[in-house]
Amino acid sequence: MKLIDDMISPAWRGTYTLFKKELFRFWRVAFQTVASPILTALLYLLIFSHALEGHVQVYKGVQYQAFLIPGLIMMSLLQNAFANSSSSLVQSKIMGSIVFVLLTPISYLQFFCAFLAAAIIRGVLVGFSIYVVAIWFVDLPITHPAWILAFALLGSALLGTFGIIAGIWADKFDQMAAFQNFVIMPLTFLSGVFYSIHSLPPIWQAISKFNPFFYMIDGFRYGFFGQGDISPWISLTVVTAFLLVLAWLCLKMLKSGYKLRG
Amino acid sequence: MTIPAIQINNIHKQFGDLQALNGIDLTINQGEFFGLLGPNGAGKSTLINVMAGLLKPTQGNVAIMGHDTVNAYQAARMALGVVPQELVFDPFFNVREMLRFQAGYFGRGRENDVWVDEVIESLGLTDKAHTNMRKLSGGMKRRALIAQALVHKPPVIVLDEPTAGVDVELRQMLWQFIKRLNKDGHTIILTTHYLEEAETLCERVAMMKDGKIVALDTTANLLSKLPGKNLRLVLGEATLPTTLFPMLKSGQNGVFTLALTELSQIEFALSELRKANIAVQDMQLIEADLEDVFMSLVGVHANEKAIA
Repeated sequence: MKLIDDMISPAWRGTYTLFKKELFRFWRVAFQTVASPILTALLYLLIFSHALEGHVQVYKGVQYQAFLIPGLIMMSLLQNAFANSSSSLVQSKIMGSIVFVLLTPISYLQFFCAFLAAAIIRGVLVGFSIYVVAIWFVDLPITHPAWILAFALLGSALLGTFGIIAGIWADKFDQMAAFQNFVIMPLTFLSGVFYSIHSLPPIWQAISKFNPFFYMIDGFRYGFFGQGDISPWISLTVVTAFLLVLAWLCLKMLKSGYKLRG
Repeated sequence: MTIPAIQINNIHKQFGDLQALNGIDLTINQGEFFGLLGPNGAGKSTLINVMAGLLKPTQGNVAIMGHDTVNAYQAARMALGVVPQELVFDPFFNVREMLRFQAGYFGRGRENDVWVDEVIESLGLTDKAHTNMRKLSGGMKRRALIAQALVHKPPVIVLDEPTAGVDVELRQMLWQFIKRLNKDGHTIILTTHYLEEAETLCERVAMMKDGKIVALDTTANLLSKLPGKNLRLVLGEATLPTTLFPMLKSGQNGVFTLALTELSQIEFALSELRKANIAVQDMQLIEADLEDVFMSLVGVHANEKAIA
């Protein structure tokens, strides 16, 4: 760590320090921020795979247990990327300690990069940990690693950005909880974590296609099995477009000082 | 000509219908020890937040060491250290970690760690360097906040009521520390509720009311503007003769303070008391202080001793 510290140029040291602080912040409470989502994902795996194994075959030649794992990894990755930036921001706003960052020369773009990078790291770390634990129990192929990596990074970036927006907007913890329970959770559960949208009635299939989480999970799953509900290129386009729109909105909020600088 | 430490030009700040700052013009020179006084809601903290870039002015501009706080905000913030009024802290880190992070935000690397340790020592925080911020007492948190404003060696330091709610011993320690910073060449801007503090420390003082500066002068000049003295009389159970009411500044529990414009009024006051057959239990002649200047300008009642 000290070696990296010395390698960073003074111009980027502010951004790097904020990123490092955000990493340390979640790592200090790793039991809650890393271990707990891993356990939750494994419980989902245990319960759903036992309940539905033999009843559901989603893709030809793919066990339901194996089908489930990429969805669970992506779900946890997305939720944790969101939680990292949103909870850090709302907490430091309520505690007042956000002022220590706002008083510094760190620009709005650097602020965005630091929070985003930390959110990506936490999302990917949680996702990777679930993968490492899950492959002890289930045989999981990796057909296209580049797609897996692309969707893991884009997904965590998208939700990390969304988390920054939510963190800036929310003034209270219950507003943040509402975001998590009424936006993130339904979008995740209705995105195909536990099923293929082809198993749904046509109307629900059509509705699912308006859910950006569906594209992240489907594209990610394609990387494992080489098959999905739609082409990974379409998913990549949709996810990238969503990311760009949210990043634009987030940078606009940060630049204007919305709810941060009066 | 030397660049002013702080140059404030025609600053207005409006929050909805409230005009929090109403055309503030102020120049603070390098090396000054400057006091910003005023009751609650006068606009002191708003002005500081505008200087620090935490609030955007509705109109006007501020430059810190010649750097505009909007157009050259990075250079302006590098030159400024702010000690916030609230005891805010990050609960995840200990004192040393928090200070190193703060220095890092300003682009300082590991070479700055020696300075961070020096600041920790100067503020008597060495024993607490590895203590989580959450576990520090109020006084220690206050010291850590001051340390946080100093880690990037700013030439200009703003302290927003640094001694609010601290005990006498810590107040003295902080006064000595801030005086030393000023002696070392730092420009100090201090807001305070304690007029005694401004009188002891500040060379120049601005008094604010309703978003405006109502007085701006050296502390000595402001004090000389009120040459009058105060006569403090302890009368016990007796009440003050009505003839002395025009001079009355305050009166409570048998202790009356009369404002004198000339010393001959002492004789008048004593003769009136004699006529009314009132015995004086104790008597003191008190020099006018900043509080008197403040009250005459701001019109705050004398009973509000710690001018809010």
